[in-house]
Amino acid sequence: MTTKPLISARDLRVTFELPSGGMPWNPPRHLHAVGGVDFDLMPGETLGIVGESGSGKSTLARALIGLVPATGQAKWQDGTNLIGLSPRKMLKYRSEIQMVFQDPLASLNPRMTVGQIIAEPLTIHHKGLSRDEVKRRVKDMMDRVGLLPNQINRYPHEFSGGQCQRIGIARALIVQPKLVICDEPVSALDVSIQAQVINLLGELQRDLGLALIFIAHDLSVVKHISDRVLVMYLGRVMELAEAESLYADPRHPYTQALLSAVPIPDPQLERQKRMIPLKGELPSPMNPPSGCVFRTRCPRAQELCARERPVLEGRNHLAACHFPGRLLPEELARSA
Amino acid sequence: MSLLQIRDLNVRFTTTDGEVSAVNGINLDVARGETLGIVGESGSGKSQLAFSIMGLLARNGRATGSIRFDGAEILNARPEALNKIRAERIAMVFQDPMTSLNPYMRVADQMAEVLMLHKGMGKAQAVAESARMLDAVKIPDAKGRIRLYPHEFSGGMRQRVMIAMSLLCRPDLLIADEPTTALDVTVQAQIMELMADLQREFGMAMILITHDLGVVAGSCERVMVMYGGRVMERAPVDPIFADPAHPYTQGLLAAIPRVDQKGDQLSAIPGSPPNMTHPPAGCPFAPRCAYVMPVCGQTMPGLDAFAPGRERACYASLDVVRAGHAPQPDLREAAATDLDEMQESAHDH
Repeated sequence: MTTKPLISARDLRVTFELPSGGMPWNPPRHLHAVGGVDFDLMPGETLGIVGESGSGKSTLARALIGLVPATGQAKWQDGTNLIGLSPRKMLKYRSEIQMVFQDPLASLNPRMTVGQIIAEPLTIHHKGLSRDEVKRRVKDMMDRVGLLPNQINRYPHEFSGGQCQRIGIARALIVQPKLVICDEPVSALDVSIQAQVINLLGELQRDLGLALIFIAHDLSVVKHISDRVLVMYLGRVMELAEAESLYADPRHPYTQALLSAVPIPDPQLERQKRMIPLKGELPSPMNPPSGCVFRTRCPRAQELCARERPVLEGRNHLAACHFPGRLLPEELARSA
Repeated sequence: MSLLQIRDLNVRFTTTDGEVSAVNGINLDVARGETLGIVGESGSGKSQLAFSIMGLLARNGRATGSIRFDGAEILNARPEALNKIRAERIAMVFQDPMTSLNPYMRVADQMAEVLMLHKGMGKAQAVAESARMLDAVKIPDAKGRIRLYPHEFSGGMRQRVMIAMSLLCRPDLLIADEPTTALDVTVQAQIMELMADLQREFGMAMILITHDLGVVAGSCERVMVMYGGRVMERAPVDPIFADPAHPYTQGLLAAIPRVDQKGDQLSAIPGSPPNMTHPPAGCPFAPRCAYVMPVCGQTMPGLDAFAPGRERACYASLDVVRAGHAPQPDLREAAATDLDEMQESAHDH
């Protein structure tokens, strides 16, 4: 089956220019937040993006929707490259791609009622709708995300964190997008509420045939919701594979280290678990290591890793590593 | 005798919205050298419990009951008396290392201050001792980096500085309030391993406050689960995960997605946590509980021992909870409960 990808990113880069800090004639310094990312997202698919802070996962998502300037290519289904579109041209795609943010309360305007918040995208993207029609759609959507339609005139502060996130989801879905980018949508929520929101997102996705890009630092949450998972480190893709394959058989040493650090809520398993220690600290993104960006902390790094940047390769399970595969106990012992 | 003995602790805050009961009648014993995990969601009262031990409650807060440390009453003790105990015998590590370190002082100065005040050391000796402690928490080049300011360290390194600082006087009890919540998983794993090593080395007791059951599983001997300012269940770490005896503990465990398991639907706990300005009369978990009975809404069940070292506060019979199915998620029902609660509180105003 050959379905066209909904979005197809090639060599996507985001570089921030920073003041040199020294004298005015010093050249500006560059921070490579995202350094050449390739991926395809199929319609209706959930792509999880994981990585630690500073890995560029949020910047990548923001680049797709034009919130940060990027270079390279992010081709939408109809062949248009979304990168570098003028705001006027981008407007059309903004209704196709919506976003749900991390902080549920901060991402809602405190002076607008829930009804106004959810209706706002409609009034921008579907100007011709009558007032009654807008209200009807808003109420339907509130019902759909588990809010009571008679709460339409309330303000965000009257809702709990979990409910605010439902409002954010309703606002994203009201214009019937094809893709919703969720940037850490549940990390500010308590465990019991987090499960409610994850279930809701999964349910909506199945019913509406949405594609999701789900960004989170919590690997367990990402595993639960994603079809495929993309692992980022220092602005680059380390590994990209089906969720099951990635979690059962991580090829990249970084993915293995990351997974081994996730605490498991089972004391017996937790005691048996063998953690893969990472050497040192995250290098500065201003001055990333040559070759493979992970080599400075990798237990398997060799001379080749410093010389040549590994390409992301593989058939379905892609890894950007010169020496992919399970780390052996003796390698771990050497690195510890 | 236990190192820390808390009896009938209540913490109330006077706010513009009325009185908030953050902690309600808690009894707790912590033995020398043990690691106790306190688990709860936001608003469960876990941090306020820690703050009342340290005498750090906000000005509008009032604690009643008794907290005895090594035999002496420390609840509402005079600041001078508390200062003898704080840092020297009980130390605390906070969640956010950036806001709990002084940004204007070099690490050397803020660490040395502790030793000069409590141990009467001279500056040079205090700095040398501080550097040794930074070395103990595995900060590379401790002697050089002690001269840096907090912002020159990464998040994980800053938390190491915090930990080193709390251990300077070799306390008998370390209270860690969400010590790794702000950190990445790989850094979290390093910090938790470090804390376990240090605890063994210094032989101190530790209270680890967290919302992350995974962290608890990896590092605690005993666990106390809190909800709405009350203790729901308390047990050694293995049985609480293998055989949770309280519906809330059960619900919490079922709600976490796990990296080592596959599941389609998470069992969410319907509804949302209680509004502590108007806490429910009986068990605070009753409005969200799958096993709720009429009596639950009237009076709080006592925390009863049902096996050695294991206690639970629940009216539902243990066999029913053990055999029962985890609460089934129904989003609409959840929203309805929320609304009821909100309308109730709206009427109260």
